[in-house]
Amino acid sequence: MSAILDPTRKLVGQPIKRREDPRLIAGAGAYLDDIKLTGMVHAALVRSTSAHGRIKSIDAGTARGMPGVLAVFTGEDFADLNPLPGAWTAGGVQNNVNTPRVLAIGEVHQVGDPVAVVIAENAYQAADAVEAVAVEYEDLGVVVDAKKATEDGAPQLHENAPNNVVLKWSCGKEAAEVDTALAAAEVRVQQHLVNQRLIPTSIEPRGSIGRYDPGTGDYTLWTTSQAPHVMRLLITAFVMGIPENKLRVISPDVGGGFGCKIFCYYDMALMLALSKKLDGRPVKFFEDRSENYLTTTHGRDHITDVEIGATKDGRITALKVDTHANLGAYFSTIAAGIPTTLYGRMVAGCYKIPNIRVDVTAVYTNTAMVDAYRGAGRPEAAFVIERVCDLVAGATGVDPAEVRRRNFIQPEDFPYDTGIGMLPYDSGNYEPALDRALEIVGYAGLRAEQAARRERDDRKLLGIGLSSYVEVCGVAPSKWIGLPGEGWGAGLWESANVKVHLTGKVVVTTGTLPHGQGHETSFAQLVADELGVPYEDIEIKHSDTLGTPFGFGTYGSRSAAVGGTAIYKSVAKVREKAKKLAAHMLEAAEADIVWEHGRAYVKGSPDAAKTIQDIALQAAVAYDLPGEMEPYLDETTYYDPPNCTFPFGTHVCVVEVDRETGEIALQRYVAVDDVGNVINPMIVDGQVHGGIAQGLAQALYEGAVYNDQGELVTGTMNDYAIPKASMVPTYELERTVTPSPTNPMGVKGAGEAGTIASTPAVANAVIDALAHLGVNHLDMPITPEKVWRAIGGGAS
Amino acid sequence: MFPNRFEYRRPGSLAEAVQILAENPDAKLLAGGHSLLPAMKLRLAAPSTLVDLSQIEGLRGIAANGALTIGALATYNQVHDSAAVRQAAPMLADTCGIVGDPQVRVRGTLGGSLAHADPAADLTAVVLALGGEVTVVGSGGERTIAADDLFVDLLTTSLAPEEIITEIRIPDLAGAKMAYEKHEHPASGYAVVGVAAVLAMGDGGTIRSARLAVTGATAKATRLSSAEAVLAGKTVRTETIAAAAAAAADGLEINGDLYASADYRRHLVGVLTRRALERATG
Repeated sequence: MSAILDPTRKLVGQPIKRREDPRLIAGAGAYLDDIKLTGMVHAALVRSTSAHGRIKSIDAGTARGMPGVLAVFTGEDFADLNPLPGAWTAGGVQNNVNTPRVLAIGEVHQVGDPVAVVIAENAYQAADAVEAVAVEYEDLGVVVDAKKATEDGAPQLHENAPNNVVLKWSCGKEAAEVDTALAAAEVRVQQHLVNQRLIPTSIEPRGSIGRYDPGTGDYTLWTTSQAPHVMRLLITAFVMGIPENKLRVISPDVGGGFGCKIFCYYDMALMLALSKKLDGRPVKFFEDRSENYLTTTHGRDHITDVEIGATKDGRITALKVDTHANLGAYFSTIAAGIPTTLYGRMVAGCYKIPNIRVDVTAVYTNTAMVDAYRGAGRPEAAFVIERVCDLVAGATGVDPAEVRRRNFIQPEDFPYDTGIGMLPYDSGNYEPALDRALEIVGYAGLRAEQAARRERDDRKLLGIGLSSYVEVCGVAPSKWIGLPGEGWGAGLWESANVKVHLTGKVVVTTGTLPHGQGHETSFAQLVADELGVPYEDIEIKHSDTLGTPFGFGTYGSRSAAVGGTAIYKSVAKVREKAKKLAAHMLEAAEADIVWEHGRAYVKGSPDAAKTIQDIALQAAVAYDLPGEMEPYLDETTYYDPPNCTFPFGTHVCVVEVDRETGEIALQRYVAVDDVGNVINPMIVDGQVHGGIAQGLAQALYEGAVYNDQGELVTGTMNDYAIPKASMVPTYELERTVTPSPTNPMGVKGAGEAGTIASTPAVANAVIDALAHLGVNHLDMPITPEKVWRAIGGGAS
Repeated sequence: MFPNRFEYRRPGSLAEAVQILAENPDAKLLAGGHSLLPAMKLRLAAPSTLVDLSQIEGLRGIAANGALTIGALATYNQVHDSAAVRQAAPMLADTCGIVGDPQVRVRGTLGGSLAHADPAADLTAVVLALGGEVTVVGSGGERTIAADDLFVDLLTTSLAPEEIITEIRIPDLAGAKMAYEKHEHPASGYAVVGVAAVLAMGDGGTIRSARLAVTGATAKATRLSSAEAVLAGKTVRTETIAAAAAAAADGLEINGDLYASADYRRHLVGVLTRRALERATG
């Protein structure tokens, strides 16, 4: 502790334990369902059992008479609320937008669509009454597959989206040009790739509490959101049509999100409107796990065909990618941006590929909406390009590591433009990360061991999978990502305010917010170093639109690179003002003032220093300020970055595959990541651990499945396999450091890298184990039965 | 995740519990609750009354006297940690250490597992292979049901509605070789296929008799009688084990699901039979 109190010790780069954890681990946190307000009542939803139907009747007569029931409302009762907004339409193309209403009116488009809401004195009574509401549907036909949905004769979900097409988008060269390059290639490979649908599964599900104050006309919303300021904007200006300043949005402690809590959901405006109907009684809705799986957004769900051209020595000359992206029943808040800007424009990965063409067709189906899920587009892109590398290796006989090495963008190429519409990659040095990963894992030895096992016809085969990834974080600037460019409906800057109070204590308010990332620790480390105040004297405040400056929220690994830079710049402004005041206090010229660890002194006289605390007091009491200087050390920054950041690295996975049963055992997992400069290495390691677990789970375990009736077959954790600690290996982590030139801290972002890299690393490893048996691809999740069948099991 | 309304009763004696069951035909017994309560929260089960057995004395003890007697409310952890069980039937102790997850093993009970008769439970096959029997108490008094007669169908036992399992008995298996092999479902942790093998050994390394049981593959824990027939009277040899494994799935009505087809389960029955026999005799 004393080390942390010492302002001369540099904290950035230190693995300080998270200050949030004692509170959260001891159960002293306050998550949404912990909040109990005076007079609060409970909402439960009647949900559609039909995946696509016309509502013929809703009979709530019995429910209304049940114990504790205060009211039952249906969609028509909220006809004055607009459909939820679509905030990110794909840039440059027509978007056939159909967003959901708070409760369905007329038609339902997925199992779980909310059709009525029951309000009762307690949650049990509400749940009982939901069962008593009878709804009849006329079946309109169901389609759950993105390709089948576009076929003639498929059931049509929305009038303005013929063949269920949300949008068609492309990037890269003209198709004919890439076809020519493909035709000229020495080696050609084609592959069908399915990136299956995933369910984000944050530990805490979602919910909202709405409260209307009949006296002031003000609303307050507590909600499990990664972006409270954006929710306030969307709910007021787009859904409810009330002034933005009449709503306060608070994200309490949020138990994980992985993206699914970025979006504007039905329950938010619904709870506010219900509280008004109930004369201000607060109304709580908190989904259960079954509802979470059914109706909170899902991720991925791409069907892709790739055509690859390469030279005989493994250089990729042409790549054509055609993807159908399943967006589910409606257009979720930022759904269109994921398979376009964040997927299509990242398909080149870390390779120089002269001819690329990506076509994306986004599609409505009778399934849960699909939107950003940890990695959001980049995992899908990394899966394509990293499978492509191994397919090229298989077709040319060049080692998979060598294929990557031969195609890497070189250090001198940065900033590098891939030619498919992404901003130039800011910095990178891909080969050292690959080399180090291969060295740690003992690549040559493993290849020899693999060959020996094959030679001996061992039951347990060895597989080695590589994934060299690059991703994009801190997406900005606003003028690029925004409406005229990539289609995002607003900016993507961040803001921060830093106040040094009279007593020398520091309060930082930020528009970003944690849902598990440790902002309070990392940001305090940063401020302690830059301002020279003790770490313990710094409070990081967030998550409440009352009292924090506007921010776009936490996703896309943007908090440090964008929000952190806003803090950094505010601290710099405070420091500059403090230096001016110190010069006045020391009766010296500002140019002669030296700033060191929170102390200002005249060059050559370090003993006669003024501390930041002395200066803050002087600034606040304001008896004696120089010239026009305003009182108080209080500075705000709105920071719009000039570019995105592009973390990268190489992951290597080693698996044993049992030829007899197809069972897969994860033997080793080596990750060498480069996320730029690191503020807290323990937090970054934790992010990488969790990310790898989620990504390897896609490769081996997870997959959301609907039946032909549009029912979610994997509707509980008994069927949908999120990874347990016993199912993941020990991670061997290292880092290289290539600072980002985009921001003054040189940070890139680390929240999603693990998820992006690990899925192809693990899939490639399993496929590699079977390569000598003629297997060059397996669809995920790669279950033991799929392996068993791929090597001849079950063949009659 | 809110169950339907139910009455909660906590009888102090078996007689009282039996009476509550007799008076409430759709009442359910609450032991560890780790199968029942999730089903209630999903509203897949809606008993009118829960009869909590936790206050009834004498249902937790574990005693060994050649044969092994285990109280129905002994938790998986208690069975796993019992030196007596480890000595008499190590496969039972080991399996209780891999059921579910740590939370399940702290609360879940051996009696509860057998009475629930989940088609993919581990302990049903293990107790069946061990030739166990259960003592049950009902309105007609006490009776004994052999594991062979206990499992009737999917989630269905031969217990009468008002009968309660009070103890599980495992016969004296001194010198027997035994092992349980399982392919675990990645989500639920239940057995996709599990095979329990118990070999009673005669002189000179011959197998006097074999009891093998499968779970996960079929609607209920089921004896692998074809494999047993192959093994009986033979000496332990690689060829014998292979022949038993090849015969193991004969005559079984094997189910399939999203995770594993019937074909794949059939294959696993053979593989896991071989592995169980190899480990038991290794």
